[in-house]
Amino acid sequence: MTSTAIGVRKRIQINTILVRLSIFLIGLGVFSWLGVNLVRGPADFVTVAIQGLNNGALYALIALGYTLVYGIIELINFAHGDLFMLGAVFSASLLSERLHAVTSTPANWGLLIMTLILAMAFCAALNVSIERVAYRRLREAPKLAPLITAVGMSFILQFVGLHWVGSAPKNFNTVIPTTSMNVAGVTIRYSTLMIFALTIPLLLLMVFVVNKTRQGKAMRAVAQDKDAARLMGVNVNKTISFTFALGGAMAGAAGLMYEQTVGTVSYNLGFQLGLIAFTSAVMGGIGNLYGAVLGGLLIGLIQGLNDGLPIGLGQRWSQSVVFGILILLMVYRPAGLLGKATTEKV
Amino acid sequence: MTTDTGRLSTPVMLDVNNISVAYGAITAVKGLTLNVREGEIVTLIGSNGAGKSTTLRTISGLLKPKSGEISFKGEIISGTPGHEIVAKGICQSPEGRRIFSRMTVEENLEMGAFLRNDHAEIKADMDRVLELFPRLQERIHQKAGTMSGGEQQMLAVGRALMGQPKLLILDEPSMGLAPVLVDLIFETIEKIRSQGTTILLVEQNALAALRIADYAYVLESGNLKLEGPAKELANDQAIVNAYLGG
Repeated sequence: MTSTAIGVRKRIQINTILVRLSIFLIGLGVFSWLGVNLVRGPADFVTVAIQGLNNGALYALIALGYTLVYGIIELINFAHGDLFMLGAVFSASLLSERLHAVTSTPANWGLLIMTLILAMAFCAALNVSIERVAYRRLREAPKLAPLITAVGMSFILQFVGLHWVGSAPKNFNTVIPTTSMNVAGVTIRYSTLMIFALTIPLLLLMVFVVNKTRQGKAMRAVAQDKDAARLMGVNVNKTISFTFALGGAMAGAAGLMYEQTVGTVSYNLGFQLGLIAFTSAVMGGIGNLYGAVLGGLLIGLIQGLNDGLPIGLGQRWSQSVVFGILILLMVYRPAGLLGKATTEKV
Repeated sequence: MTTDTGRLSTPVMLDVNNISVAYGAITAVKGLTLNVREGEIVTLIGSNGAGKSTTLRTISGLLKPKSGEISFKGEIISGTPGHEIVAKGICQSPEGRRIFSRMTVEENLEMGAFLRNDHAEIKADMDRVLELFPRLQERIHQKAGTMSGGEQQMLAVGRALMGQPKLLILDEPSMGLAPVLVDLIFETIEKIRSQGTTILLVEQNALAALRIADYAYVLESGNLKLEGPAKELANDQAIVNAYLGG
């Protein structure tokens, strides 16, 4: 008996050592790879990193929608990526096709801001309607029912997109200039500055709403215990609708920014970006707002560095690297970077 | 003031009239009638599964009765959504405490006052609750989920009080507590009543509940088994043996 107990303990110790060792080796590998690249071309390194963070900001905005909805009704809203796609399509058809804002003039910048607000409102309204029509009645149903409904909703939105823009990717001229500036050898695209200028205030606004407002307090209460929230006088349905509106607005903003920086939209762009954004939310710890932002930026950065650095696996390994890192992270930290494995007294 | 039925001669505040409540095919409460008069402590007792919590959840609007109706201060409230019932002045400290464990004690108490806008008065009520439960004052910035069961129970009662209830519903406030805390909770309930709040109390600890209550209803498998002045029930050895686990 005693000898087996000691044997088990030894095995556990060896396991811990192996885990630590492998983390150390992976870390060492990544850092030396980054180090070599940094030394070889510091300016290129920063250029690539900034481009990565540019994509990461978009992932973060979309990831917020996943994490908000998961936080409040524990549903993985598979339709969210496609909502983002419709936001991009809406922006393209309004700004470029209807308003003919295809050059960078002051008047067009005004139209851009107007379109941003409209795209946010459009996606917010759409997301609220989706919840009202498809998810609300399934709230008490077994988890698989709303999940498969969300998958179905994803296809419905995709086909709306297909009819809206057609089956081939469509290019648009954008208000945001495609040129870039050069600071000490570092190339920064104007669109990147634009993305940061829009994303940062949006994220701050979001944090303010959730942490400081009455509606945000109601959201946090509903997320923790719906019946208890009801007993406090919180209108649970209204609060959930508000949460979908908030997530939808972020997706709408991301849609406009994507369209304006990439200049291309297609009906299926929500699938891949949505999946990456969802991965960001999981990596950061799903349900945690800061986690979604951190996960998004991190994945953007990893992709940027992997795709852009001269010594690296290159673009064709982009997704493999991202998901490889996700799997590793999940093995060592299943709750995600900022997610807490909650221990609550019952 | 008390009539010989053990009841106060004040107007009826809560009138539950012949309600039945079902979970799917299972009827948990069958044709229950009871009422609470202003200023009373009324207790609902019975064993596990008797339908006590179901009744309270129905009064608070978390469940809808299959038949029958509930009125509060003369207005029918059965069918009104739960969050609107709070606004009418019915606050509940639910079974199992159900505090918001990831919020601090202070945030939990603020949640109790969610529908109110009178900031000065909310502050005064918070002080009153903290005076009632000094332990909460010590823990005011702590995450509620990290507190002991007794402290969480105090928080649940305090949170319900923050809604300025006309009728305070307490579901098993002494569950799982150490005896000394049980006494404290019951003393506090009497104190809350003396400050003018009407109370509907559900307790497993039936004898303790009967000691502080004016009137009692005994439930058994969803039916009203008997009712009467609390003192009388507590003194009737046959009833105590049969229903109250005395």
